[in-house]
Amino acid sequence: MHRTGELYGQFETLEQQREASSLGMWVFLITEVMFFGGVFLTYTINRAIYPAAFGIGSNTLDLRLGGFNTAVLIASSFTMAMAVWASQTGKKKLIPLFLTLTLVLGSVFLGVKVVEYAQKFEHHLVPGRSFQIDAHIENQAQKQELEAAFAKDPDLNAHAQLYFSLYFGMTGLHALHMLIGAGLLLWLIRESLRGRFTPQYNTPVEVVGLYWHFVDIVWIYLFPLLYLIDRHK
Amino acid sequence: MQSGLPLFPEQASNFAGSVDALMFYLLIVSVFFSALITFLIGYCFLKFHRKKKDEIGVNIHGSTPLEIGWSVIPFILVMVMFGWGASVYINYRHAPQDTLDIYVVAKQWMWKLQQPDGRREINELHIPVNRNVKLIMASEDVIHDFFVPAFRVKADVVPGRTMTLWFRATKPGRYHFFCSQYCGTNHAVMGGWVTVMEPAEYAAWLSGSSGEANPASAGEKLFAQFACNTCHQSSGQGRGPSLVGMYGSAVKLTDGTTITTDDAYIRESILNSKAKIVAGYQPLMPAFQGLMTEEQILNLTAYIKSLKAQQAPPAMAIAAPATGKR
Amino acid sequence: MSATATKPAATLPADHYLNAKYGLRSWLLTTDHKRIALLYLGSVTVFFFIGGIFAVMIRVHLLTPQGYLVTAETYNKLFTMHGVAMIFFFLIPSIPAVLGNFLIPLMIGAKDLAFPKLNLLSWYVYVVGGIFTLYSMISGGLDTGWTLYAPLSTVYSNSAVAPAVIGIFINGFSSILTGLNFLVTIHTMRAPGLTWFRLPMFVWTHYATSIIMILGTPVIAITLALAGMERLFHLGFFNPQMGGDPILFQHLFWFYSHPAVYIMILPSMGVVSELIPTFARKPLFGYRFVAAASIAIAVIGFLVWAHHMFVAGQSVYAALVFSFLSFLVAIPSAVKVFNWMATLYKGSISYDTPMLYALGFIGLFVIGGLTGMFLACLGVDIHVHDTYFVVAHFHYIMVGGAVMGYLGGLHFWWPKISGRMYPEFLARISAIILFAGFNLTFFPQFILGYLGMPRRYHTYPPEFQVFNVMSTAGASILAVGYLLPMIYLTWAMRYGRVAGPNPWPATGLEWQTASPPPTENFDTTPVVTWEPYDFVNRPDLGLAAPPEQRVPGDKDM
Repeated sequence: MHRTGELYGQFETLEQQREASSLGMWVFLITEVMFFGGVFLTYTINRAIYPAAFGIGSNTLDLRLGGFNTAVLIASSFTMAMAVWASQTGKKKLIPLFLTLTLVLGSVFLGVKVVEYAQKFEHHLVPGRSFQIDAHIENQAQKQELEAAFAKDPDLNAHAQLYFSLYFGMTGLHALHMLIGAGLLLWLIRESLRGRFTPQYNTPVEVVGLYWHFVDIVWIYLFPLLYLIDRHK
Repeated sequence: MQSGLPLFPEQASNFAGSVDALMFYLLIVSVFFSALITFLIGYCFLKFHRKKKDEIGVNIHGSTPLEIGWSVIPFILVMVMFGWGASVYINYRHAPQDTLDIYVVAKQWMWKLQQPDGRREINELHIPVNRNVKLIMASEDVIHDFFVPAFRVKADVVPGRTMTLWFRATKPGRYHFFCSQYCGTNHAVMGGWVTVMEPAEYAAWLSGSSGEANPASAGEKLFAQFACNTCHQSSGQGRGPSLVGMYGSAVKLTDGTTITTDDAYIRESILNSKAKIVAGYQPLMPAFQGLMTEEQILNLTAYIKSLKAQQAPPAMAIAAPATGKR
Repeated sequence: MSATATKPAATLPADHYLNAKYGLRSWLLTTDHKRIALLYLGSVTVFFFIGGIFAVMIRVHLLTPQGYLVTAETYNKLFTMHGVAMIFFFLIPSIPAVLGNFLIPLMIGAKDLAFPKLNLLSWYVYVVGGIFTLYSMISGGLDTGWTLYAPLSTVYSNSAVAPAVIGIFINGFSSILTGLNFLVTIHTMRAPGLTWFRLPMFVWTHYATSIIMILGTPVIAITLALAGMERLFHLGFFNPQMGGDPILFQHLFWFYSHPAVYIMILPSMGVVSELIPTFARKPLFGYRFVAAASIAIAVIGFLVWAHHMFVAGQSVYAALVFSFLSFLVAIPSAVKVFNWMATLYKGSISYDTPMLYALGFIGLFVIGGLTGMFLACLGVDIHVHDTYFVVAHFHYIMVGGAVMGYLGGLHFWWPKISGRMYPEFLARISAIILFAGFNLTFFPQFILGYLGMPRRYHTYPPEFQVFNVMSTAGASILAVGYLLPMIYLTWAMRYGRVAGPNPWPATGLEWQTASPPPTENFDTTPVVTWEPYDFVNRPDLGLAAPPEQRVPGDKDM
């Protein structure tokens, strides 16, 4: 099917095309909710069964980095929303600006995530043979805490691995979505520099915006689930 | 055994009759509707066959009363099925108190079964007729399933859990049992025979036992070995609750709820002792997850249950006839 | 030849989607929904063939109690790969991706699906998933059962589990993309005048199917991802020895895989709902109720998954709830069957092959549906669970139901797809062979199951042999019934008699355009002014409607 201007051949009108794209993205986001729902369910059930191990796991995460990342993502949602606004109101120069800001913030998030992952590697907290829940112990308080947890759950090492499997699984999946989002942003920036988005045609910006907000919302759920429950320092 | 071309398996347990009766009801409903629909298709096919090439049918769009009718009537029929089926199932899930407990460990690809007096069997099960039997089952590896067609009972044996299955054999004989949850290469040969015997015969068979330790006494040794007895003193003065008479009784927990002590609760309390603490006690007990084999858990369970039966020794109970209405 | 057009021999249109472009490139890079449908037709047929060969080997092996053909290990691989190939790579994509892809834009008067590139992508995703799965089959096979229960699949099996899991995982996205595309297309691209209650029932059932694909498939994807990671990296989500829960896997697995049965059967019901009005020349009885029943099946179908775990130690209350909900699904299914029956009443019924398939579908679906109630019934399920009764039941639904509908649909729309008619006499014969062979294969398995033969057994006690021999005999007849259409439909594609735009004639929009249709589907966007399956007020069909009937809005419901 050939394109006439911005209208793809299978559609009759731009209005129909916009409606289809936006509905398509909403439906896609529903599938994403179901997709993440499966891991969230697995996490919730296991958290309820092994509170001690999961509590220890949560306490190994760096609250400052996690909190910083949350702020970064919320800010990126704001700049994304501004980009959508700019495209709808025809402020052609502002669109690439806000998109680039969003991309920068997203990259900051991923960079911090890399730092966090590296810490976990150093502390032997990556599930597998070298996993050791007590390898990262630094002070007496942590040691006591760990001993108390071991008393509650002698199989703590195995169950903490479950926590870290889910931690890496969930944040990894989220990071993968961020990477895809970053790719989409790059494409949008290129197209917006060519001045393709107008108040009449801005569906791609709008649809990628929906996607970006969704990925942020996933993090808004991940952050308390992984970092904040059973926090006591 | 069976001869000719059997369409129904033998009925040899308390459940067989009720399951078959339910089956007949379902069968009658099914045959009636299949026949009705086949007849209607045939009738319409012949009667309303197209006579001329360009002929069309009568323009009928629908009828709300008919729609309501053929929604409500099937609904009533299936609700009868639901209720009846549920009542059979509830009976199947609630074991009576006075059971002969057989301990079963499943592994790829064999069944290890043990009588209350300690006699062990592999892929063979001997039980007395007309006596309530409860299988207390655990798996060492994957999910298995204990299935006796002649008894119309089956239960999955899920690793990490204690599963129970009860029945009362009503007819002496030898019956197949199968593993009916796919469990790997030799799934199809992981089965054997249940031998149902007259009580006297069964007692004679048991007396041929080679004097192996019964599960309860093995459990008693473990109880000392794991130092359970330092806290769970029978006097009730220890740091843990006394376990005498606890099995089958209602226990109040720290969170205010009340539960009935059963096999699953004993297992949970051993492996993950903090999960449900008896009211008035501290969560001091270590968890034994990963420290005990399935068989040790079953032995300890048997011992804890025997603590209740001190007034009536288990040896007597075996020969006793079935009581209760089930 | 009873219902073919009265006009003299037609000729093929000069330009249509098949001759629009030539060469492999024009097929592999096409975004035309009709061509993508044919790509799917080819690839699902390959998997049907593979799965079919495994099925034949299974049946031959079971001729004797000791097993006739292969070792235990190989047998386990055979039934596993039969299930995987048939369910994930044939049944789930068959009607939606082939007939749905071809017909939905035509039926709603659109030029294509809303996202043609996504549509092509979904086929490539399917192919990549298929290649992984084939690789698993070649490199040692898979022996976990298609249900992939943990911890057998994630820890204990020695076979090629990982590539198969990856293959099925990838394939899931093909399903998601198809469902998404259909849903958006049906919502936004209907022709002027085509209101929701003027849509063909085929579109309604695909709408319901899409809902399931969208909501269910992501869950199986994440479940398989977790299981695959557990196997590859020795994690413990479902392994009890590491603190996981094998029953959680079953819950997540069946949350998709039970509704997946409705992904297979709903489109087939849609096909039958087209065939019966067309060949009875009568409006579909209770149109709104049939449409509502489709949606009801999709919705209730999501709430019944735990009936696969009645004997796995779930709580009694959970069992009661899931049994009750499972029985509820019987009601919309029954409503559909009764409405089809009522559509036949006072019709003008022809013996054309698609009609034979439709009536065969009803017969087999009724048996499959009724025996489903035995399994929903708690008291009976404890006996027949995991026996051949279950095997027979789901084959009646998925093969008797879904495949009969698929073949009926292929015959019905073959003139539209290829522009040519299939050989009618041969087609009728093979439909009858198929029906007879199917019943002989699977009916004895109900009895076997009640007698207590567990499923997935490579060897069985001798008392079960008689029924196994009957079943194997039936399977050989069934195989002929499947091979014949494969051969003559291919033949007809080239040598069949030219059909003309509307050979039956039928009322849908897809019959308003040429056969085969042009790439753009319609020369001008059609405007719909008639009610669905209305033969009376359609003089363009060339049928003799009695003049007294020709009044709009008669006998409304």
